[in-house]
Amino acid sequence: MEARAPAVHYLNVDYGVRSWLFTTDHKRIALLYLGTITLMFLIGGIFAVLIRLELLTPAGDLVSADTYNKLFTMHGIVMLFFFLIPSIPAVLGNFLVPMMIGARDLAFPRLNLLSWYIFVLGAAVSLWAMLTGGVDTGWTFYTPYSTSASVTKVIPTAVGIFISGFSSMLTGLNFIVTIHKMRAKGLTWFRLPLFIWAHYATSIIIMLGTPVIAITLLLVALERGFHLGIFDPALGGDPLLFQHLFWFYSHPAVYIMILPGMGVVSELIACFARRPIFGYGFVAASSLMIAVLGFLVWGHHMFTSGQSVYTAFVFSFLSMLVAIPSAVKVFNWTATLYRGSIAWDSPMLYALGFIGLFTMGGLTGLFLACLGVDVHVHDTYFIVAHFHYIMVGGTIMAYLGGIHFWWPKITGRMYPEPLAKAAGLIVFLGFNLTFFPQFILGYLGMPRRYHVYPPEFQALNVLSTAGASILGVGYLLPLCYLLWSLRYGPIASANPWGAAGLEWRTTSPPPTENFPTPPVVVRDAYDLDGVAAAPGEVAVG
Amino acid sequence: MAELAPTVAHHFDDAEQQREAATFGMWVFLVTEVMFFGGLFTAYVAYRALYPDAFGHASNHLDVRLGTTNTAVLITSSLTMALAVRAAQVGEAPSRIVRWLAATMLLGATFLGIKLFEYGHKFHEGLVPGPAFTYTGPDARQAQLFFSLYFGMTGLHALHMVIGLALLGWLARQAIRGRFGPAFHTPIENCGLYWHFVDIVWIFLFPLLYLIGRH
Amino acid sequence: MAPFPLFPPEASTMAARVDALLFFLLGVTAFFVALVATLIVVFMVRYRRRAPDERPAAPHGSVPLEVGWTAVPLAIVMVIFFWGASIYASLRRPPDDALPIDVVGKQWMWKVQHLEGRREIDELHVPTGRPVKITMTSEDVIHGFYIPAFRIKQDAVPGRYTTTWFEATRPGTYDLFCSAYCGTLHSGMVGKVVVMEPRDYEAWLAGGGAVSAVDAGKALFEANGCPSCHRPDGTGRGPALVGLFGSRVALEGGTSVVADEGYLRESILNPQAKIVAGYQPVMPTFQGLLTEEDVMQLIAYIKSLAAPPAVRTER
Repeated sequence: MEARAPAVHYLNVDYGVRSWLFTTDHKRIALLYLGTITLMFLIGGIFAVLIRLELLTPAGDLVSADTYNKLFTMHGIVMLFFFLIPSIPAVLGNFLVPMMIGARDLAFPRLNLLSWYIFVLGAAVSLWAMLTGGVDTGWTFYTPYSTSASVTKVIPTAVGIFISGFSSMLTGLNFIVTIHKMRAKGLTWFRLPLFIWAHYATSIIIMLGTPVIAITLLLVALERGFHLGIFDPALGGDPLLFQHLFWFYSHPAVYIMILPGMGVVSELIACFARRPIFGYGFVAASSLMIAVLGFLVWGHHMFTSGQSVYTAFVFSFLSMLVAIPSAVKVFNWTATLYRGSIAWDSPMLYALGFIGLFTMGGLTGLFLACLGVDVHVHDTYFIVAHFHYIMVGGTIMAYLGGIHFWWPKITGRMYPEPLAKAAGLIVFLGFNLTFFPQFILGYLGMPRRYHVYPPEFQALNVLSTAGASILGVGYLLPLCYLLWSLRYGPIASANPWGAAGLEWRTTSPPPTENFPTPPVVVRDAYDLDGVAAAPGEVAVG
Repeated sequence: MAELAPTVAHHFDDAEQQREAATFGMWVFLVTEVMFFGGLFTAYVAYRALYPDAFGHASNHLDVRLGTTNTAVLITSSLTMALAVRAAQVGEAPSRIVRWLAATMLLGATFLGIKLFEYGHKFHEGLVPGPAFTYTGPDARQAQLFFSLYFGMTGLHALHMVIGLALLGWLARQAIRGRFGPAFHTPIENCGLYWHFVDIVWIFLFPLLYLIGRH
Repeated sequence: MAPFPLFPPEASTMAARVDALLFFLLGVTAFFVALVATLIVVFMVRYRRRAPDERPAAPHGSVPLEVGWTAVPLAIVMVIFFWGASIYASLRRPPDDALPIDVVGKQWMWKVQHLEGRREIDELHVPTGRPVKITMTSEDVIHGFYIPAFRIKQDAVPGRYTTTWFEATRPGTYDLFCSAYCGTLHSGMVGKVVVMEPRDYEAWLAGGGAVSAVDAGKALFEANGCPSCHRPDGTGRGPALVGLFGSRVALEGGTSVVADEGYLRESILNPQAKIVAGYQPVMPTFQGLLTEEDVMQLIAYIKSLAAPPAVRTER
């Protein structure tokens, strides 16, 4: 039976720029974010292309040393603060959190819109700094280089990031209050989808951590502006205090970036294996454990910085512990596949790609938590490889998987499946070719942030750049076919995947108020009773 | 007196849910404020432990009498704020609610006025960090650190008070129009939470900056 | 393209220990990646959806499994932790008889000072078979002292001393990198570590013709007027320095501190920070008047005041 789009839905209920710029509909705000962060991803990607092109040869022959230093700094800042941190929560979270719990919107819709404007403002300020001179401190802003030695636009960049932190916090605030107070009737905590648990844990991290980076960047700006001496030893300050304050947020920040991805993967696996996630309670608890433990490990970024041996022991020990809940998730996802009924649709392939690459990236985290090895590989390409495996191999794969999975719900259209599979494969192969050689480079001793390097490292760098070009193609493909599908893709039904979940019990695209009548929940999160197996046969409402 | 019914926003099921969401939201926000100030407190505690004598000397330049007065002013303002909330809760006349709000605003403005006076004084004494800093002595660098933290922490606190005053003004406007009563007083309750929080921050700032290590 | 290396040389006593742990980690990683990947592929194929309305009824959880796959990884990471911590404890504890060499990092070069007098820039000559302890600091921003072949790395932080140590095992030339981003020429702040047989090293040391660090420090000590307060008999305005290094010093206020290199450096550059019990806070600061290298030479001299005079190597 052919699917038919609803006559009126959130996209066509109102037209015009004003209806978008002044919307309070969480779904439209999610799309505003989608547009903005896609732009930021492209900008960050251009920086990456230039970096990899420079690194094709050992000499610094493409750009000057100062330009190169700005490129890797700005690549990091744009990708972390203006792409990865908002990505899944601000796009998929904003769209889905109310729907998954049967609500009509988030608790504070106007604050939601405000968070997008604040994000745009923060991005604009930082981008302006980058375009009018750039910043070269590394995304980590270590002092005293950032406060005293660098002659670049440190203060405006820091201010831009400071501003965007409030955007993040407003989103986190909205999620926490919404999940606590606006669940549908019958939707108890342990019936919540794991996507919700993941975003709840993420929001806790956001609320506790972001204020600390805010005050730290503010202090950097003040010190740089007024020569105060908080972090500069020449003025009586302590550069290690900066590192502690900085990493107190920036380590939990990586869990802000990965937990939502894990939430997406849980949804995808449950749907495409047609099974509830094995060990649901343990997976939910592991999200919270990661959030808590994640705040206790920041010192593992400082094993060579001169902190005491006993401090290092404590942080190494706790860092080992934080690996365990992630391992528990991977095993539970794998066990979910056992005796499942597994479809090979593209979102599932992205989810499985996530599991493979995240497992590799996460296990290399053990190398770094391990004191003896970290001394050798800290500040080398081993670290670069490790975090790209998690951030790109993990988060971005999950993000793309989620975009594909919920695309029919968001847009009412299906994308071309063969192209999606091809893109997934290209991304997977391109990614591994780009970043696996970097593990080897790191152990060999190639430091990170190096504009020129010894000639014997060239072969591996060439492999990495080749991989990056393939990866780039893999990312551009979805951009093209997803946009294409908006006009030419087949109309999607309300539940084309046959998934459980409240968001699939309303039309694709949904009406503005999400549900014509508020749903009442009587089943667990992934219980497929009452959900039709064949696409297009779901009774709506 | 007629019951004042709150308008329930379209996405909430009922007034109860709306009220709970708003109050919970304010508590979550205040937790973030604790972390925000916490960063500065951490820096202060770290450096105090490193340079106890220098910080003690520098602290002597702060006027304990003005600090104590300000503490009394702020605590009293929390009392008037609580009374404003209570007035709304029990359904007192709008003019009485406004009176308590105005008293709170007056006390808050007094606090800021005294703070401004202190800042001006510091400027004249050459104790503002940066190019105008003229503290001499062997521990000048550590003293500048103390004053950087002093201005940073009290300045951030003062900024929160200014925002608080704006909120109080907004509340007063609403109160005059009879918006608050037993059925609906969420905004005044939540702004009260914020005001009390700002007060509590000062309760920590005052002893840390003014009282410890004085000779 | 010429054959390229895939693994760094092992040129120190610690390198083999670090590499052994690395291989264990690689084994654990390979095992779990292979396990998860294999299971996923096998399950994907074996349980591929056969009919659109398939509804599998399989278990939702198993507490024994959860306990198992929590406990086993926990045990493995604990092994990794203790193994790594033991290596790190060795790395952070230089042997007492280590040969001391001072290093100052600055944008964008490494300045090396051998105590016997030879100075190097972006090069470090060391003997095999003898532990070497590097004491370092930075003149400006944070730099990272990194010798991949020795598997050691330590940040040189402005305003304090940090140390690392190694014992080289194989003669040869190895890379020295700055690993902590420090500005424009961060990737140009590289050098060579030249490991020599002990006899060759002694010959190289003797070929310098330079003043020993102790003598240079003594000259600075006198030139800056230090003896006027720091009289050897302790009757001056400042405490005596003979036998000071390594001893425990009682401070005003009742606390005490061990007089290590960091304490000596602080006492010269920020004398008000710690006042010795019974003395007045009258020592002027030498911040800005002495370079970090000057301070290191002064410290070498003060350290020499602990030992009997016949310590200088003959030329």
